[in-house]
Amino acid sequence: MRRRLPFSPWHLFLFPVALLFALPLVQMVLTSFMPDKEINKFPPRLIPNSIDLTGYQKLLSESHILQWMLNSAIVSAISVVAHLVLCSLAGYGFARLRFPGRTIGFVAVIATIMVPIQLLMIPTYLMFSRIGIVDTLAAAFVPWLASAFGIFLMRQFFLALPAELEEAARIDGCSTFGAFWRVVLPLARPALATLAVFTVLSSWNDLVWPLIAISDDRVYTVQVGLTTFQGTRRIQWQELMAGNVMATAPLLVAFLVAQKRFIATMTFSGLKG
Amino acid sequence: MATGARRDRGAVRRALTGWAFAGPATALVVGLSIFPAVWALFISRTKWNGITAPKDIGFDNYTRMAEDTDLHAAVWHTVVLVALFVPGSIVLGLLVAIALNQRIRFLGFYRTCIFVPYVASAAATGILASFVFNPQFGGANELLRRVGLPPQQFLESTSQAMLVVVLIAMWGQIGFVSVIYLAALQDVPAELKEAATVDGASRLRVFWHVVVPALRPVTLFTAVWQSITALQLFDLVYATTRGGPLNATQTVVYYVYELAFKSQRYGYGSAVAYGLFVFTMLLTLAMIWYSRAKRIEAF
Repeated sequence: MRRRLPFSPWHLFLFPVALLFALPLVQMVLTSFMPDKEINKFPPRLIPNSIDLTGYQKLLSESHILQWMLNSAIVSAISVVAHLVLCSLAGYGFARLRFPGRTIGFVAVIATIMVPIQLLMIPTYLMFSRIGIVDTLAAAFVPWLASAFGIFLMRQFFLALPAELEEAARIDGCSTFGAFWRVVLPLARPALATLAVFTVLSSWNDLVWPLIAISDDRVYTVQVGLTTFQGTRRIQWQELMAGNVMATAPLLVAFLVAQKRFIATMTFSGLKG
Repeated sequence: MATGARRDRGAVRRALTGWAFAGPATALVVGLSIFPAVWALFISRTKWNGITAPKDIGFDNYTRMAEDTDLHAAVWHTVVLVALFVPGSIVLGLLVAIALNQRIRFLGFYRTCIFVPYVASAAATGILASFVFNPQFGGANELLRRVGLPPQQFLESTSQAMLVVVLIAMWGQIGFVSVIYLAALQDVPAELKEAATVDGASRLRVFWHVVVPALRPVTLFTAVWQSITALQLFDLVYATTRGGPLNATQTVVYYVYELAFKSQRYGYGSAVAYGLFVFTMLLTLAMIWYSRAKRIEAF
């Protein structure tokens, strides 16, 4: 049986802080079921009188929210697959293979971390418009196909992995790629999971690139859709909160299910990013 | 001769294999970052609206920055943001981490509550925040009313808006900072703390003289990371105030966005972006230099 711990004064700090962090999100969900005339009252109420779905109904009929969510899902899916493939290949190459230009290539990748987004907004937009991907989903996923962080993460992982297994595979006649694919990659599952979490989080939540490069409202990602919707529906809070719930729910549920992996990703991106 | 040719073939093969692995991702990352950054330097020396031909004006865009009062205001807002957000999120994040490092009940519940905002996007956070801080019926004013304080205008007040943006940004980032600190706290050797306690030091003194110094690399890293986050804060401003009211929350990055995508002033926008880039670099280098000088192994 677990021993009951004595009451600690830390609760007096943690409880209000936890409330302050979680309550707005709880209110977001509850407000999405509350009619506007109930919302527009002071003092505000947290619990709706009854469950009212007009916010969701209006959101579905007045916006392309489902299309936006599908767009975001496509962007995230492509980003994750591309990240897993490209970054693990590159991470392995930089960690294990010897070839001319390896050092300079890796240094160039790491140097990109220093280049801030505001420097890239204008030329990237111009570049996207020259190659004709403005107003397409490609403008939202091309920036997330690979990342310096992803390459770095995978390289660190492969550096720490003992080389004996691959060497054995090579002696048994495996090609470099064969050894990577059949022996190394299955061992890299934890790193790949971390990378996938990071990529979903960044690509699903990204606002900058789709905002700059997409102005057709059928091609919006859910984040751009939300902020645009916010611009035209300043006071229809129920609808706005319904949109917020739909945009946040997928990651929220994923977080609650796989908290440990999420937190591992945050620790890694913090300490070694 | 024959062995030389074989050796050459081997070298070519190795190069091809290596770049087949590393090439695609490297090309994408470098091509979407260093190439546009260099291009931006050329754009910053022109007057250009993106439609007519760009006109080369040398460094005029850079000298203009000295007289641009909108830019000066944006720089000031950014300084305020960094000065409040960085220490604020570090102190609170550390406090939360220490609390979560205790052996008490409901830890899982607390942890979930504190980390969950990190998952919400800036857009969703911003919309939610403009609801919570709504002056007429928002929860923030209700909280003030309960503790007997007068209602505030928050995001609609020129003097409070930036402060509220800082609070919102902290709400989204504290979870991240405290996870990092939590991991670091668990690495502080228990013997160190025990030794100090045996020597008769109070818990507060142990914390101040043993734990805080041991955390210094993490603190420095977090300071750099959070500074860069604050200097580049764009999406949250976009989703809460769009730079308003009366430009009170217009940060430098937001100003770059307005210049480029609202006023089509690509040349000047790029110059301002370069100004911020140079400043960020100098700040980062200064912090790295400080860590080297003080022998804090953060980087």
